[in-house]
Amino acid sequence: MLILECPYCGVHACETELTPGYEAHLKRFGPGSSDDAFEAYMFARKNPKGVHFERWRHAYGCGKWFLAARDTATLEVFGTYPAQSSAPPAELQDKIKAKRPEWKGFQ
Amino acid sequence: MSTRLSKGGRLIDRSAAVEFTFNGKRLRGFKGDTLAASLLANDQMLVGRSFKYHRARGIVASGAEEPNALVNMGQGARMEPNQRTTTTETFAGLTAHSQNHWPSLEFDVGVINNSFARFLPGGFYYKTFIHPRFAWKHVFEPFIRKSAGLGKAPKEMDSDRYEQAYAFCDVLVVGGGIAGLQAALAAASGGARVIVLEQAPYWGGRAPVDSDVIDGLAAEVWVKNTVEALGKMENVTLRTRCMAAGVYDHGYILAEDRVADHTPGDGRPKKRLWRIRATRIVSATGALERPLSFAGNDIPGVMLASAVRDYVVNWAVSPGDRTVVVTNNDDAYRTAIALKEAGLAVPCIVDARAQANGPLPTQARALGIRIETGKAIAKVKGGKRVTGVSLCMQAGEGAALEDISCDAVAMSGGWSPVVHLWSHCGGKLNWDTAHAMFRPDASRPPISHDGLAMVYPAGAANGALHAAEALADAARAGAAAAGATPITASTAEPREEAALEPVWVMPQGAGVKLKSKMWLDYQNDVKVSDVQLAAREGYESVEHTKRYTTLGMATDQGKLSNINGLAVLAGALNADIPNVGTTTFRPPYTPVTFGALAGEARGEIFQPLRRSPIHAWHEANGAYFEPVGLWRRPYCYTKGGENHAQSIEREINNTRSGVGLLDASTLGKIIVKGPDAGRFLDMLYTNVMSSLGIGKCRYGLMCNENGFLSDDGVVVRLSEDTWLCHTTTGGAERIHGHMEDWLQCEWWDWQVYTANVTEEYAQIAVAGPKSRALLEKLGGMDVSAETLPFMTFTEGTLGGFPVRVFRISFSGELSYELSVPASYGLQLWEKLVEAGAEFGVQPYGTEAMHVMRAEKGFIMIGDETDGTVVPQDLNLGWAISKKKADYLGKRGQERSFLAAPDRWKLAGFETLDGSVIPDGAYIIAPGVNANGQGHTQGRVTSTYYSPTLKKGIAMGLIKGGLTRMDEVVEFTKIGGAPVKAKVVDPVFYDKEGARNNG
Repeated sequence: MLILECPYCGVHACETELTPGYEAHLKRFGPGSSDDAFEAYMFARKNPKGVHFERWRHAYGCGKWFLAARDTATLEVFGTYPAQSSAPPAELQDKIKAKRPEWKGFQ
Repeated sequence: MSTRLSKGGRLIDRSAAVEFTFNGKRLRGFKGDTLAASLLANDQMLVGRSFKYHRARGIVASGAEEPNALVNMGQGARMEPNQRTTTTETFAGLTAHSQNHWPSLEFDVGVINNSFARFLPGGFYYKTFIHPRFAWKHVFEPFIRKSAGLGKAPKEMDSDRYEQAYAFCDVLVVGGGIAGLQAALAAASGGARVIVLEQAPYWGGRAPVDSDVIDGLAAEVWVKNTVEALGKMENVTLRTRCMAAGVYDHGYILAEDRVADHTPGDGRPKKRLWRIRATRIVSATGALERPLSFAGNDIPGVMLASAVRDYVVNWAVSPGDRTVVVTNNDDAYRTAIALKEAGLAVPCIVDARAQANGPLPTQARALGIRIETGKAIAKVKGGKRVTGVSLCMQAGEGAALEDISCDAVAMSGGWSPVVHLWSHCGGKLNWDTAHAMFRPDASRPPISHDGLAMVYPAGAANGALHAAEALADAARAGAAAAGATPITASTAEPREEAALEPVWVMPQGAGVKLKSKMWLDYQNDVKVSDVQLAAREGYESVEHTKRYTTLGMATDQGKLSNINGLAVLAGALNADIPNVGTTTFRPPYTPVTFGALAGEARGEIFQPLRRSPIHAWHEANGAYFEPVGLWRRPYCYTKGGENHAQSIEREINNTRSGVGLLDASTLGKIIVKGPDAGRFLDMLYTNVMSSLGIGKCRYGLMCNENGFLSDDGVVVRLSEDTWLCHTTTGGAERIHGHMEDWLQCEWWDWQVYTANVTEEYAQIAVAGPKSRALLEKLGGMDVSAETLPFMTFTEGTLGGFPVRVFRISFSGELSYELSVPASYGLQLWEKLVEAGAEFGVQPYGTEAMHVMRAEKGFIMIGDETDGTVVPQDLNLGWAISKKKADYLGKRGQERSFLAAPDRWKLAGFETLDGSVIPDGAYIIAPGVNANGQGHTQGRVTSTYYSPTLKKGIAMGLIKGGLTRMDEVVEFTKIGGAPVKAKVVDPVFYDKEGARNNG
């Protein structure tokens, strides 16, 4: 029963208020893309043990999608930020690097 | 015999006697008793039969760890199985029945299993699964079924009520012993909100029984003072009878509050499930004493030494006049001393250690108790109760040296900290060799959302077994959990005890005969010999051994047996205990009743129901409802003595020949608006929606990114920048979420707004050749074919109602869908019924709708689709734009295998004999696979009796689809010969669509 702070409404939302949206920062491959690129986009997920970026929707709250950086093993939450982000905010990346020096970056 | 002592009993009120019954026998106890204490006070040593061998079993423990003394509590609608007598309070009128015996507790036929014990070894279940095959079906399965389960499942609906409640705090302290209370004081001193939970009805844990002295006061007095002090603090909440069952991610705790377990029928909820969010948790859950493994250690009268002490001190109950104490540590001497002080006989203390010279043994000697060091119990004598023990050398193989007669045995194999709550979310353990126990490793705690420790173990639960160290440890843990300035801890007089000596098998050289009578797990009848057999058969992992032997399963989850079992396994594998490790600790700590988990969600309010604004009319007019998601929709309306099939036939015939009304309010309705709305819908739907003229309707398909068909419905362009998207009833929320997902996460620069207005409007389909006449009678707008052609919409007033009228049809008939604000829905429906009387208007339900759409060959999401079907499979290529560069699912549909000619594609089917193809039937293909199973080449997706065509019709997917036209294929039929059917056009009725125009 995770708690994630919705970056839009500021509510510390219990997992029962949220729906998961799996891996964040995927690049969409549409018509014309290669089979390999499309397959990777549709199916190949990082599924790391450790730092992970995820999509969550505050479905039973403000309805907004947001992104969360979380350690999948310890469940530590490093931060949440709006879904309208192409990359995690720099200060969040710095925070994760400080806590997990072995982390190789979000891509 | 066990009996009530004339003096003492710190928890009982001798002035308040209570009567109860056990197996129909009327017995008497006192207020403050546990049922176990009351039973022992009445010399009821035998309380149950064991699971597998039906051996006589008595009370072993005095708390939550009790494996044997489980009973069926209450009767009828209040019956509850597997209740632990050691944690059940005795109350007037209590009725309890013992479990797992036939025909009676005293005389049990199943005990014959005991004589055949060698045929029921560890892994017995798995071995019987394998061979011989006939034996499983005819011998083992009936036997296992008969003996499976402990208590009986209640047969009546539970007459009690249960509730759930939420609580929030900075620090949750679990355990109300001296460590918990000290931790709570330390945590609350800085102002933190603290909740303290204690599973027993009283505070203080073991310290008062062990005669600890704290701050110069008897432990009992210190506990009373501390609870009073905590009770006065506004930031502290204290709860007894409340068991913290589990710790979950980010400080979530479930706790079961036994509100009225002991006062049934007083109007309060029987149990309350607390759902608590705590920033930090202090686990002050104490420690459990371990049994010793000697032959006959399960005979009634053999108890934990600490439990014997509890019964004497707390409830003034003597388990026996003559009690032999057997131990590997100094603590058990307290039991001998307590018994002696209560005026009872202790013939001997059998100490497996070579020496016993600490203060406690010295005190025992001074009391005149005989102490035999280096000795062991070779075996316990007796059947339904203990009659004596044989002593032997611990170092030997069990040759009897001497018999001592006694009626109880108090055993102690040392203590194990209760690390469950620490471990639930991944806290790690270290093996403490000196104390022979696993204890929390503070450097590897369970982690909370902030990356910091979530659980702080305190006191005995952290391995600090003695009062002095427990108080200091708890004060530290409480302050740390609250982030508060440490306070000065209370101090207890130190205890001086010599080290224990691990004893896992007694005597150490016991042969197989003795070891097959040494019980590790009382509840599951697992013996030392079973675990050793598992090790010999190659079970090296403790998790595998658990499942193979059933060690540590069932209601007690191995609270007494786990450490002893894994020590025996380690011995058999010649490995170190920490290398063997423990099984996983999972919630709940003790069983939580289903009633509490369900709470108020039962009966009418099991789940919220969605009702259309017209629901009340349907109810009053014979509707038979079917669930569609959380909606309840009329399936059909029965009249007179009709069965459902007859009602459906009448509804269809009436709609096709006259006019019918369908409540379509549940249909999803999503407004999509904004400068980029058209562009957005072009991405969402497979066809083009941006080009749709204002006032026009268009059928559209939505696919997921993988290319598979996900939803369908009619899209209406309301104005220049506004579209109304109809979805399936079940799809409204999902599709709205899907739209928001793409808008918020991918195309966030597009200016589009969506609103799910499904419940804002009631929608009524008026269908049939007389529908236009009915609307004209209502009056207010021109609904003629010229002004309002097929697939258009208009807004206006009809019969005085503000309506949107859509000329769309799912039945194939001339049809109008009327949309009004939800509050007008019922009135408009009633008006249509009234005005339609002269046209013979009748309502029709969802089944008539389904049959009519199937007659027209219209697909239904969820029937013709299952998440693996692309629109092309359903011959819907016409609804897919070839011009658009992109839409969701386009790239997925470009994959070569989706264009393969042998895909299963949609076709119609008509049986040769006019019968209806069974639901779910497959189309048989020649040949069999490697397992001898027949091949298939398709399946039915929709199959009905068509009242219009007076024969069975079906749609289905068949390899090659319509290229197979006119071929006769065979559908499977369970319990009958295959059904022959011809491949036909899926449009069965009005192929040219003339009826759309009335």
